[in-house]
Amino acid sequence: MTSPLQSIALFHLGPVPITEAVIATWAIMAVLVAGGMLVSRRLALVPSATQSAFELIVDTVDSQIRDTMRVEPAPYRAFIGTLFVFIFFANWSTLIPGVEPPTAHLETDAALALLVFLAVTWFGIRAGGLRGYLATFASPSPIMIPLNFVESLTRTFSMLVRLFGNVMSGVFMIGIVLSLAGLLVPIPLMALDLLTGAVQAYIFSVLAMVFIAGAVGDEERAADTSSNRTAP
Amino acid sequence: MNWLALVSIVSAAMAVSFGAIGPALAEGRAVAAAMDAIARQPEAAGTISRTLFVGLAMIETMAIYCLVIALLLLFANPLLK
Repeated sequence: MTSPLQSIALFHLGPVPITEAVIATWAIMAVLVAGGMLVSRRLALVPSATQSAFELIVDTVDSQIRDTMRVEPAPYRAFIGTLFVFIFFANWSTLIPGVEPPTAHLETDAALALLVFLAVTWFGIRAGGLRGYLATFASPSPIMIPLNFVESLTRTFSMLVRLFGNVMSGVFMIGIVLSLAGLLVPIPLMALDLLTGAVQAYIFSVLAMVFIAGAVGDEERAADTSSNRTAP
Repeated sequence: MNWLALVSIVSAAMAVSFGAIGPALAEGRAVAAAMDAIARQPEAAGTISRTLFVGLAMIETMAIYCLVIALLLLFANPLLK
């Protein structure tokens, strides 16, 4: 049995080893970008059926951002939406025979968690300036500065381990059951795995929203919600 | 098989089995509390279940940590090299 922690390089692109997970990531990226371009090429005011379906997805992401972060979703829609859609498709790519989800490898999850960490810093600095962002570390009292600093690192690490552990354990369990019991037996487990994959994609994006909302701070949120209330 | 490998395998099994007890109890309590809240206030079901899912994922992470430790012991044990 091969270790779930290591990934084997298929070939080398110069000095960079290219693994199966990277190929799967590229394929998912290509499918998502091509699909997005195809749908948004002919946008009409009276939407077709396809456009309505995709507008429903965007609306759902928007309402989730509005509910969780209590801000206008426009600046965060692209990042959060991409995060959710990519992890969702990556987790469900296990439906295609022979494809292992790229999120079942440590590197993909590490990259995603690092993106969230950088996004928290970026949105925090953009909302309150460098001084305002650093002030959020001392938010209840200055005694909390080391704790808050450590927390911002460990929560990134825990996001990485959470996504990796959940997806990898599903793949690993299916492999074990398949080798013990044989064909068609792991199908209920695979159905459960699809549910876990969808929930984990949701959790990852919700946690990203919560962390960004924490860095953005309360002042901007209060201003945004008051402007929300006047809107119909 | 030397005794270090034996100890690693036993402690991996123990990490997963004992690590599952706490999160199982905690998830049961969380779901029970959420059910109670939804029964009292059905109109808040959306918010409650969203928060419940996030909380459950947080709790579940503890069990996942144990699983990762067990896999580290089995597959990437630095003492067995």
